[in-house]
Amino acid sequence: MENGLVNEIRAVAVPKTFRDNTPYISLSVEQAALLARKYSLGGHRIEIEALQAGIVPERYARNMRTFSRPEQVVLLQSRVSVVGLGGLGGGVTEILARIGIGSLNLMDGDTFEDSNLNRQFLSTHEGLAKPKAEAAVARIRAVNASVAVEAHTEFLDADNAAGLLAGSQVVVDCLDSLKFRFILEAACKTAGIPLVSAAIAGMAGHVTTIFPEDIGLKLIYGEKDRLPVRGAEASLGTLPPCVTILSALETSEVVKVLLKRGVLLRNRLLVVDLMDNTMEVLKLQ
Amino acid sequence: MKPSVQIKLFADLSAFTPPGADTFPIKAGTTVRRLLDDINVPAEKVRLVFINNIKGDLDTILKGGERVGIFPPIGGG
Repeated sequence: MENGLVNEIRAVAVPKTFRDNTPYISLSVEQAALLARKYSLGGHRIEIEALQAGIVPERYARNMRTFSRPEQVVLLQSRVSVVGLGGLGGGVTEILARIGIGSLNLMDGDTFEDSNLNRQFLSTHEGLAKPKAEAAVARIRAVNASVAVEAHTEFLDADNAAGLLAGSQVVVDCLDSLKFRFILEAACKTAGIPLVSAAIAGMAGHVTTIFPEDIGLKLIYGEKDRLPVRGAEASLGTLPPCVTILSALETSEVVKVLLKRGVLLRNRLLVVDLMDNTMEVLKLQ
Repeated sequence: MKPSVQIKLFADLSAFTPPGADTFPIKAGTTVRRLLDDINVPAEKVRLVFINNIKGDLDTILKGGERVGIFPPIGGG
């Protein structure tokens, strides 16, 4: 990258201190956006240059030191696909954009309906009957314009999956159908991409992480040809505290996969029941 | 002391939770299938069986002292 850009970043960066008084050099959101415009680059590219020059983009200041600067660079250089933009997908998209995943690839062929409003953060009165993928793009632009967004207003199926997921480092399963979860898993295995998968019913849910060589969803649901069309959510509905906590858990798995840090839920299922505050990790094999 | 297990039924199966589920008496050597039969949980609704946080199945034998967790299929989002 041009030295000119790094010099300009240094020229507009300012000294600050973290809350424990450790000093750092900070690049404001406004200055990063101005440089992105001037150099016709995505904001995340400016932020990567800043971090590599030892400068912290202020929007990620509270990420820092739990993440190192090189780790924030890894997140900004990553592309994550979010499949399904309902309850899980809305929470996942919001968190991944804010934490600084550089590139988000979103897909959902659905439009918002009244019954989405209880839990889907991307749904609004104004957005009813409009595509979920378009609402997701607008939301990401509003909270972190540095993120490069690609959105597909189509449903993933066995035929289009490979093309839609190509180039992703992680895929997040935010679907609401058992059958399509298996189709997504098969596509991820073929493409060699790790998958983070969550599901809920009522106030209960579970989340797991599946690498291409892992057995995966079969350990949770059994054989796919014996699946019901819908699970217990058909009778229990889908509650906002549960879907939101599961979406947050999916994003922490995504970050750990990308950073190769921490303990993953591979061959493990983290189960949650908010009615009695159960949260435990079960061994699937 | 009579052997017992702790039963935790998830999602819509929680409606079948019997009184005293934390120390539910069993006959040592019984199976998960028989236990669920005793408390009227329909076997076809059971997708995941956990014994002390490790995946088991309907034919897993119970000695007493285990925590038995049961999940139906769930797929909402």
